[in-house]
Amino acid sequence: MTTTATRPPAPLPEQRDRSVLTRLQHLLHAQATIGPAVVLLVAVIVFALLSSRFLTPGNISLILQQVAVVGTLAVGQTIVILTAGIDLSCGAIMVLTSIVMAKVAAETGLPGLPALLLGFLVGTLCGLLNGLLVTRLKLPPFIVTLGTLNVFFALNLWYSGSATIRGTDMPSLLLWTGQTLNIGGTRITYGSIMLVVLVALTAFVLKNTAWGRHVYATGDDAEASRLSGIRTARVLLSVYAVAGLVYALAAWTLIGRIASASPQAGQLDNLDSITAVVIGGTSLFGGRGAIVGSLLGALIVGVFRNGLALAGVDVLWQTMAVGVLIIVAVSLDQWIRKVKP
Amino acid sequence: MTTPVLQATGLVKRYGKVTALAGADLELMPGEILAVIGDNGAGKSSLIKALSGAVVPDEGTIFVDGSEVSFSTPLDARKAGIETVHQSLAVSPSLDIAANLFLGRERRRPGVLGSVFRMLDRAGMREEARRQLDALGIMTIQNPGQAVETLSGGQRQAVAVARAAAFGSRVVIMDEPTAALGVRESRAVLDLILQVRDRGLPVILISHNMPHVFEVADRIHIQRLGRRKAVVDPKSVTMSDAVAIMTGAMEPPEAA
Repeated sequence: MTTTATRPPAPLPEQRDRSVLTRLQHLLHAQATIGPAVVLLVAVIVFALLSSRFLTPGNISLILQQVAVVGTLAVGQTIVILTAGIDLSCGAIMVLTSIVMAKVAAETGLPGLPALLLGFLVGTLCGLLNGLLVTRLKLPPFIVTLGTLNVFFALNLWYSGSATIRGTDMPSLLLWTGQTLNIGGTRITYGSIMLVVLVALTAFVLKNTAWGRHVYATGDDAEASRLSGIRTARVLLSVYAVAGLVYALAAWTLIGRIASASPQAGQLDNLDSITAVVIGGTSLFGGRGAIVGSLLGALIVGVFRNGLALAGVDVLWQTMAVGVLIIVAVSLDQWIRKVKP
Repeated sequence: MTTPVLQATGLVKRYGKVTALAGADLELMPGEILAVIGDNGAGKSSLIKALSGAVVPDEGTIFVDGSEVSFSTPLDARKAGIETVHQSLAVSPSLDIAANLFLGRERRRPGVLGSVFRMLDRAGMREEARRQLDALGIMTIQNPGQAVETLSGGQRQAVAVARAAAFGSRVVIMDEPTAALGVRESRAVLDLILQVRDRGLPVILISHNMPHVFEVADRIHIQRLGRRKAVVDPKSVTMSDAVAIMTGAMEPPEAA
């Protein structure tokens, strides 16, 4: 047997000259939220210059209210997309949950807290069903959630009888998310505050717990994660269930926002949440991205819509602007992923 | 006679009509590098997957230090002290080096932060990663906080080897560790393999590269048609003979 006292160390890497573009690519690779943060900042400055009303407390308050529901959905959506999945059913889960909370409380006189908890349970169970279909039947998440989107939406129409439940028939706790807190002249709804807390909490969990790492690893390379001893099916199941719970929080915010529970509300919010996630720099291929980015993404969409409207631009151009943003964001992601050692 | 660290007897694995393992045996003795060679389809991969818990064999038994074990997941094999460097490396490219080293066995912070808030001991894991990489003389990696996808092929391999060496308490299995590497990088990985052995960990090395096998192996297990055809000593058998046994052109010198 040979003994090894002195083995030469492996060779040192050559120092490469890097162009400005390559350095930018590396920077964005390391800090994915820089892109959306810069876009948001530039958009705010431009719209503030275009309209004197843009940066008024009232308008900021409005933008935050508009963003709260989609932003909350985007938190759940981000965790799912980090695992290389997608959740088309998030809007339907939210609507179904909001109807359950409101209708049970309005019809049976159930107090606010149990009604809310019942809604959380329904949201979690809906998410769990998605997770079971993805992990047990091994169906692609796109197909699973396309199916459950219709199932949940139909359940929502059936249970609500297609009727809106008025806010005045509900316990006040369900409407609490629409109440406002005055911070420096700007009235912020509790729904918006809840979103910020939720983002901070989720970001902490993703960054600082083993579960968070396993979410990233599973999305990055599921087979490699399995071989590394991660129970990937369990991770996926928990991700869809947690996402369901987050959508139930979005339902609470939705009720406060529209001061009622409508079976027709938030129909397109599933696509809007995906838009926020993608613009926020999270990769649709999984394993890359951050919750904070999705909040920025939701704010970017909100700011663009609001700013263009204040500048007197037709709604069709607002829609086009969002479309262009999505394509730019995904192209940027593709470019960043090609980062070379 | 010493007990093999890892022993397999009569392993059978069928995939539909294809029989990948037809009663394969294997013995790994303490402190040795056992190379496993064989033609494509000889059952090398299935053998290694069975030993590392990635597949469950249909028949046969596996012994670790003389006692029977049964692995149903890679985690079971890891708990028994068997670490595997898969050909695909099984690393998560977007995570950093330290995170990859500890993937699936993260350490939590001591006290309430760890037990209640489930916080990871990021600094501690980075430091330990740094130590492990240094111990193996992997000087090219400066920062354990670097994402694995920014590393070259050889460096990624080094991370995967370092992970196995750091946590393997009984056996390290390496599946084609030099297949995708250049000459210089292969050299560094072969050195790593020798270092792991010199630390007292026996190594199973699967490779197609005969010069590499003959350079580092203490014994060579030749797999053919789902069975162990022979075990030869690289000092007494030539490379061409080993290839001839492997392909069936020659019978092994004596019954192994």
